Amino acid sequence: MASKAVYSQRDPMLKKRDDFEDILEERRNSSDLRYALRCYAPVVYKGLCPSKAGTLKSMVLQSDQLHYVIHQVCRETGRAVDDVQEEVSSILEEMAHRLQLSTVRFFAFTLSKVFKTLFRSICVNEEGIQRLQQAIQEHPVVLLPSHRSYMDFLLMSYLLYTYDLALPVIAAGMDFMGMKFVGEMLRMSGAFFIRRSFGGDKLYWAVFSEYVKTMLKNGFAPVEFFLEGTRSRTSKSLTPKLGLLNIVMDPFFKGEVFDVSLVPVSISYERILEESLYARELLGVPKPKESTSGLIKARKVLSEDYGSIHVYFGQPVSVRSLAEGRVNRCQFNLIPRHIPKKPSEDIHSFVNDSAYRLVRAQEENMVLKPWVLLASLLLQNQVSGQKRGIALDELTEQAVWLRDLSRQYGAFLHWPEHTPPSEVVSSSLSLHRGLVRISEGRVQLALGQTGGPAAPGEPRSAVTPEEELLSQAVIILSCASYRNQALHVFLRPALLASAIHTASSNKKQEVFNSFSFLRNMFSNEFILCPGATVQDFEEACYLLVKTGALQVTQQDVLVTERGHRTLVFLTSMLDPFLQGYQVVCRFLCEEATEALTEKQFIPAVRKFIIKHLLAGRLRYTEVLSSDLQKNSLAALLRLGAVRKIKGAEQGTLKVNTVMVNSLEDTLGGKLPTQKAVIARL
Amino acid sequence: MASNSSGGSSDRQRIAQQRLRIIAGHLQRPVDGDSAILAAECKAQGSKPDTSREEKTVPRRRQEIMKWNGWGYSDSRFLFNKKGQAEFTGKRYRLSGMIIPGLKDWFECTFGASLQHKTPATPLLNSSAVQPPTLNEAFVEELKSTGIPFSQDAEDRVFRAHGHCLHEIFALREGKFGRVPDMVVWPNCHNDVVKIVELASKHNVCLIPYGGGTSVSSALECPPEETRSIVSLDTSQMNRILWVDEKNLTAHVEAGIVGQDLERLLNESGYCTGHEPDSMEFSSLGGWVATRASGMKKNIYGNIEDLVVHIKMVTPQGVIEKSCQGPRMSTGPDIHHFIMGSEGTLGVVTEVTMKIRPMPEYQKYGSVVFPNFEQGVACLREVARQRCAPASIRLMDNEQFKFGHALKPQVSSIFTSFLDGLKKFYITKFKGFDPNRLCVATLLFEGDREKVLQHEKQVYDIAAKFGGLAAGEDNGQRGYMLTFVIAYLRDLGMDYYVIGESFETSVPWDRVLDICRNVKARIVRECKERGVQFPPLSTCRVTQTYDAGACVYFYFAFNYRGLSDPVHVYEQVEHAAREEILANGGSLSHHHGVGKLRKEWMRETVSNVGMGMLKSVKDYVDPNNIFGNRNLL
Repeated sequence: MASKAVYSQRDPMLKKRDDFEDILEERRNSSDLRYALRCYAPVVYKGLCPSKAGTLKSMVLQSDQLHYVIHQVCRETGRAVDDVQEEVSSILEEMAHRLQLSTVRFFAFTLSKVFKTLFRSICVNEEGIQRLQQAIQEHPVVLLPSHRSYMDFLLMSYLLYTYDLALPVIAAGMDFMGMKFVGEMLRMSGAFFIRRSFGGDKLYWAVFSEYVKTMLKNGFAPVEFFLEGTRSRTSKSLTPKLGLLNIVMDPFFKGEVFDVSLVPVSISYERILEESLYARELLGVPKPKESTSGLIKARKVLSEDYGSIHVYFGQPVSVRSLAEGRVNRCQFNLIPRHIPKKPSEDIHSFVNDSAYRLVRAQEENMVLKPWVLLASLLLQNQVSGQKRGIALDELTEQAVWLRDLSRQYGAFLHWPEHTPPSEVVSSSLSLHRGLVRISEGRVQLALGQTGGPAAPGEPRSAVTPEEELLSQAVIILSCASYRNQALHVFLRPALLASAIHTASSNKKQEVFNSFSFLRNMFSNEFILCPGATVQDFEEACYLLVKTGALQVTQQDVLVTERGHRTLVFLTSMLDPFLQGYQVVCRFLCEEATEALTEKQFIPAVRKFIIKHLLAGRLRYTEVLSSDLQKNSLAALLRLGAVRKIKGAEQGTLKVNTVMVNSLEDTLGGKLPTQKAVIARL
Repeated sequence: MASNSSGGSSDRQRIAQQRLRIIAGHLQRPVDGDSAILAAECKAQGSKPDTSREEKTVPRRRQEIMKWNGWGYSDSRFLFNKKGQAEFTGKRYRLSGMIIPGLKDWFECTFGASLQHKTPATPLLNSSAVQPPTLNEAFVEELKSTGIPFSQDAEDRVFRAHGHCLHEIFALREGKFGRVPDMVVWPNCHNDVVKIVELASKHNVCLIPYGGGTSVSSALECPPEETRSIVSLDTSQMNRILWVDEKNLTAHVEAGIVGQDLERLLNESGYCTGHEPDSMEFSSLGGWVATRASGMKKNIYGNIEDLVVHIKMVTPQGVIEKSCQGPRMSTGPDIHHFIMGSEGTLGVVTEVTMKIRPMPEYQKYGSVVFPNFEQGVACLREVARQRCAPASIRLMDNEQFKFGHALKPQVSSIFTSFLDGLKKFYITKFKGFDPNRLCVATLLFEGDREKVLQHEKQVYDIAAKFGGLAAGEDNGQRGYMLTFVIAYLRDLGMDYYVIGESFETSVPWDRVLDICRNVKARIVRECKERGVQFPPLSTCRVTQTYDAGACVYFYFAFNYRGLSDPVHVYEQVEHAAREEILANGGSLSHHHGVGKLRKEWMRETVSNVGMGMLKSVKDYVDPNNIFGNRNLL
């Protein structure tokens, strides 16, 4: 069943992917009510001991692990056992799901209505469903969908219900609980709630991990959670969180189950519901607290066309096969298994590697729409300073070129086969008419209108330059979020292209050093598997050589005549990030005071960037994205160029100006890579 | 035989007697005089080597009564008769001469095997296919002068070149022989062994001690790289009980005696050792010591390390033994523990003083059906917690329960079959047990009648708490009988493309269920991945309980039609299964030993320092590697 290679053979072109079926088609032709009330009898795990949500709770409460931790907490704090036990019960009460078929049926009915209004189609690879069905019977299953929208987990449950598969229990952030009624509804449709941060809370951790493990081990239901931890506001995959993955792998390590199947699921939206919401959030308008009334207000979205959704259920990945030869399970032989133990070094790195591979598996099966390519091209065009936009036929020509290139790089592109390219382009543009403006046969981003389409009702008078900039940024970041969907396709070649650009010579070693530096620098920004530098370099070389853009000899890396266009495109793709990191470095060198705290960092750097943008010293408006700023800070912290001083002020940042400076110069190609590497050491 | 002091020929006593008959009673041949219990001089001295040969249970020419390429006695085997019914030949066992109607269907359904597809063994040993012996002439010359019998006959040598691992038997059936010993010697007493070891050291000859030949760890295989002459030292003629000390309840026994003889002879004077490994018909006392054997009734009598009071072993450095028979000593590390488990790498165990017990007044079998394996294990755990385990308690999983069922002999009366039907109805319909999940525990109680009955009640009460239903003595007894015939069954399987083996481990209580599930699943998966065309039989049972854990036995067999190298596939699967055992907290072996089969895992099992300790003992005791079977290290 489970393939050993979670992702990617050498030539991505050879990648075989399943076909899709539209599930909404049937919904449009038959009764939703009958559908919601139909007989639902899913296949279940062969080792399942049937249990109700209530029994599950008592199993957790009686578990050895909880007993142990409860007594440990009592010993440490001097609290009474009853007292702690009480706390455990209430944590569990707060956390536990109450999956009910009736609620699921309710959702099945209403979501059918909603989906039919919002989306043209919801396409699912049915072979993936069949694989999942098989996997569910054999081993406990963990569903790992990508996370781009609130829609994701309702959609997942809806799909599983549609295909008569066991409904998952879903780890959801506590913020949903704020929405009283909805929170409870979600709970009854299988969500269980976890606090966002509980780092030091031993008791909470114990309850939580035991709860998840109990469900998993008993095969109660597939466990679903988001590897990325939260919705990606940028449509880039986020650095995976390891906590839950560790928990679901643990029963395998300890021999409590024979195997666990991890099923990466890629959900791609042609248009994301939260599009401009995300952009605003990234620009510093704080995220509205989830509330029921907020959700109702959001009903406006119901009147718009959000295109189609593609859901790809990936190949189930067997934890057992992943761990073969990497994890020595004997390490658990000498301590009772119920005593919680920090994962050892090798377990930790194994879980981390697996998480990256799974996220990459998600990325690889993300369906890309033509618009994603158009957004990339339009953004590059906008930056190149052509105020009048690009001619429609030129855009079409470029899109066709990029289509072919991305396919050669293995993109999972859904480009309608039998439609003329110009039609494909114009229909894509019309779906995203809020982001583009077409006039006189020329296309450009809709930057002119202040306020933008997503922020109506605001006073338009007396717009300051800063406000105008921010409203433009909303459009640009929205657009960038679509471009980002394709980033994983171009990332490695783009890193190589930039490395060639910044390297001081054509020597292969130089280029590699430069590549390795950039890769290291950006490893908080993109999904780059730890320790796979050489592999990534080779993959990038392979792709660029294959497409004739590069000649790689024993010693040298040479750009060919016809490779120029490709390399320009690729470097431009990475350029905003390069510049963003540089500007953050500059900020830290120039403006950071002694007392800069981590909390103040984002507003301060934003102010700095706005200043530079208005002064015309910066080209990329998307540098305003707080995501990029956070990631660059994380990278600098990781590299030791900035240190966090723990103590009085919560997280004061201490900047190593020399090192930050040299990193900035290296990013800008002013310093050879070697130096920066030394500086890091 | 069983002395039933409480009189009356109740059913239970009848069964108890039968039980003893199964174990020992098939040896109703005349007992030779000098094996009576008395201290005796070494037989070799002065007597002609061949005189009393025919009267021994284990003759020098073992092939005369035992199969040369399969398990056990030549006259006892399973076969499918002309009507396609399974039957067991011979007269030795309770099952002998009986028709087993359910076996064919079970066999065909479980393995997808067919009686049409046969894989018969090479019937006769072709001596010319055996390598001619590499002899050390000087050694042979000097050996001759001692008068100790020896042989260079191909049949004798081949017989001692193997244990009973699947690959060994498979090769024999195909008539293939690897490196075999170059000669066989039969010492008659301790002094003979001393002479042989001296000569071997003097002439640099490799010695491989051979007891019952029931090894399942490749321990008896001759290392192919061995260039010296290999001499198999067969202890079977050192089979006397030298004395019995009724005051201390000990017996001093020559180490070549096989289990059934030891029990039979002791029984004659009202004693027993209580040590009953499944192989007890053929395995020898010296072999038990050398592998750290375990007996079925260890809950009462203990394992071999608990039973042994004194050991005499001949090594190239001389004889090792303790100076007294104190029941426990604090005199540094126990030197017995260098000997027990040394697997023939240090020397030959020649004489052992063992604890003996008066024969139990009363024996009773029993069985309990559980709704599922989990409940069964929970019950065994509770029994162990309360330390009230009967002489033996074993829990079979569902597959084995079905297997045991398939081995029910033809019932003679309509009434019995009606009763069986009723029982089945009660358990599956009335009690709601799922026939595909239920499992059965077999029990054996021993002791005085009062206590046995009391004990029995206690155990059944515990079982009831775990949903267990008493399922009768007959089921229990059949369970134990299976132990003795299962090895014969493998030979039947091998006639029809089915190969299999059992292996064991010991594991802490909390891991028992997990290890059973995972190892069974691993076997199924490995078979599939390696191209086995039919789902394998992958089953287990818990055979011993301890305070801190249990011994688990796995049985694994598959139909190898369509495979070009079935033995290789088999070995890969077994290897994977062992890895799985270790990854699940199981031990490398509970009582089979390491031999050469499991050597690769020794270092991780005992750590580097542990290996070093064992190595340095070997280096001191046997610097020239005279005992060169290369087991263990």
